Amino acid sequence: MNIHQPRGDVPGRTLAIVEELKGLEGPLLPILHEIQHEFGYVPQDCLPVIARELNLSRAEVYGVFSFYHDFREHPAGRHVLKLCRAEACQSMGGDALAERAKHLLGIDFHETTPDGAVTLEPVYCLGLCSCAPSAMLDGEVHARVDADDLEALVAEARR
Amino acid sequence: MTTKIYIPRDAAALALGADKVAKAMEDAVAARGLDVAIVRNGSRGLHWLEPLVEVETSEGRVAYGPVKARDVVSLLDAGLVAGGDHALCLGKTEDIPFLKQQTRLTFARCGVIDPLSLDDYRSHGGLRGLENAIAMEPMAIVAQVTDSGLRGRGGAGFPTGIKWKTVLEAAGARKYIVCNADEGDSGTFADRMIMEGDPFVLIEGMAISGLATGATKGFIYTRSEYPHAIATMAKAIEIARAAGVLGPSVLGSGRAFDMEVRTGAGAYVCGEETALLNSLEGKRGIVRAKPPLPAHKGLFDCPTVINNVISLASVPVIMDKGAVFYRDFGMGRSRGTIPIQIAGNVKHPGLFETAFGLALGEIIDHIGGGTASGRPVKAVQVGGPLGAYFPRALFDTPFDYEAFAARDGLIGHAGIVVFDDTADMLKQARFAMEFCAIESCGKCTPCRIGSTRGVEVADKIAAGIEPEKNRELLSDLCNTMKFGSLCALGGFTPYPVVSAMTHFPDDFKPAPLVEAAE
Repeated sequence: MNIHQPRGDVPGRTLAIVEELKGLEGPLLPILHEIQHEFGYVPQDCLPVIARELNLSRAEVYGVFSFYHDFREHPAGRHVLKLCRAEACQSMGGDALAERAKHLLGIDFHETTPDGAVTLEPVYCLGLCSCAPSAMLDGEVHARVDADDLEALVAEARR
Repeated sequence: MTTKIYIPRDAAALALGADKVAKAMEDAVAARGLDVAIVRNGSRGLHWLEPLVEVETSEGRVAYGPVKARDVVSLLDAGLVAGGDHALCLGKTEDIPFLKQQTRLTFARCGVIDPLSLDDYRSHGGLRGLENAIAMEPMAIVAQVTDSGLRGRGGAGFPTGIKWKTVLEAAGARKYIVCNADEGDSGTFADRMIMEGDPFVLIEGMAISGLATGATKGFIYTRSEYPHAIATMAKAIEIARAAGVLGPSVLGSGRAFDMEVRTGAGAYVCGEETALLNSLEGKRGIVRAKPPLPAHKGLFDCPTVINNVISLASVPVIMDKGAVFYRDFGMGRSRGTIPIQIAGNVKHPGLFETAFGLALGEIIDHIGGGTASGRPVKAVQVGGPLGAYFPRALFDTPFDYEAFAARDGLIGHAGIVVFDDTADMLKQARFAMEFCAIESCGKCTPCRIGSTRGVEVADKIAAGIEPEKNRELLSDLCNTMKFGSLCALGGFTPYPVVSAMTHFPDDFKPAPLVEAAE
């Protein structure tokens, strides 16, 4: 089990983010997104600061954080490879592609390679159903991904 | 004269290398000293031809595709700038049959204009609907939308005008317009395409909705999986605000309306309207019991219009050309046009906007051209992960809310996923249950626990364990989920499962267990 120490002053940066966004109507999701953007995940030290500033209980903030698939409790690998697992991609060989990706990386979904290079995640639809199967590498989209494309993506992520 | 070359910025085109094509084109035209302006448009929706490059000529736009970066030099050598012939040349864009057969009302500008040019938007008929609405009483706007017959394009098919009337008549110092852009259904991408290809039409539709109901604030709630749509929408809102389309006085009317984009965080259930409202409020995306209806007590307990992207984006044309114009398209109680999204294992995938009433088989076989694999079509799933699987025997079903319901299906958000004969329908049924288990918000028992039990029962059938008894159990479980769940996630997951069992019974009769020897 890795113990992750985020760099920098977590409570201080959290406070600055909360200050900036708490004027929004319903600010909690924008705050959590911004914190994840800042640190690459949501350090648990942030939660009491958010709770205090928004006048919520820690349980409420944790409840929201843990409800959504996007928010991470631990940092991801240097690259995140998301493969679409939904029906349109299934119809074009998405399952076989997923098995190939697991094999190439030596990990299962929701895992990170031991060298910390790549995290493999499922995604349920990138809206690229007309050019399936699709994938997203660090926010960049790829469609009609075949075995060769996948190998190239994995090689790129591994670098 | 500067020649315009169009290279899409739609995510589907980008995913197929449109940025590389644009870069190669930029470099090549600069090296040749050609007087060319590259416009990054939305997608025309002919996705098997993406990246689709177009050039403006005196005869109209000429299309080339699918273009790879390495094709750019040969295209320019062939005289692309003047619409010259080339192996990739598709002729005039408007004459491509897939496009020519469509009736584009909502998507009239998508793929045609620069999505972030308000001038382009105006010169292609944009803002006329909003200008008309400003001159009208709120009740008259509501009446026009009601008369058009527009129904919720998110899938529920509730009449949009009636929803607006409820909000208009609801008392409240503050009201909201919420756009449901949480397009999580596999096989759908219409919301994404309009947000990336014609964002101002959504802004205009929401502003009209605000004028009609007295709401002054709008939210677009979309998905984190749609980074390009988020960026384009946010930029368009800034431009609209700077131009006075949004703000304290919409187009100088003295009436206020402003809006912002909010991003979800990977929860499918937030596409359910009450879960979406909770999420916007900063809570867990848990479904709310109805009543109260969002129209009475919605976002922050205020009267709230919550409509799908396509519903709202269809309003400007209705306010521009009139209720009768729109209502004249369609069949039965399904009026107007529907952007059908053809996806999965299909030869010609893409977006096809047409009047309601086209037969399913016509869409799959003629417009979609059959499967991409060349094998026979086994099943099509219409309406996303909660939609039924239809076999070829039901291909005569017209694309219409009631006609699909009569055959135990739904059109949902009008996405169609095609499967060839290699599909295993037991596996698809199991996936429907698995997806429901992953995405359930957990509030009601039939959905939260039923979906997990559903996966287990499907596995038992696959393993040949008491198949007859387990098939019965699966049917019974589906019945409980259908009638006992709080929202459409648990309530509609039975559609794909039951339809798979009904129409493809052979897939639920796996080879019997081999008796252990000795």
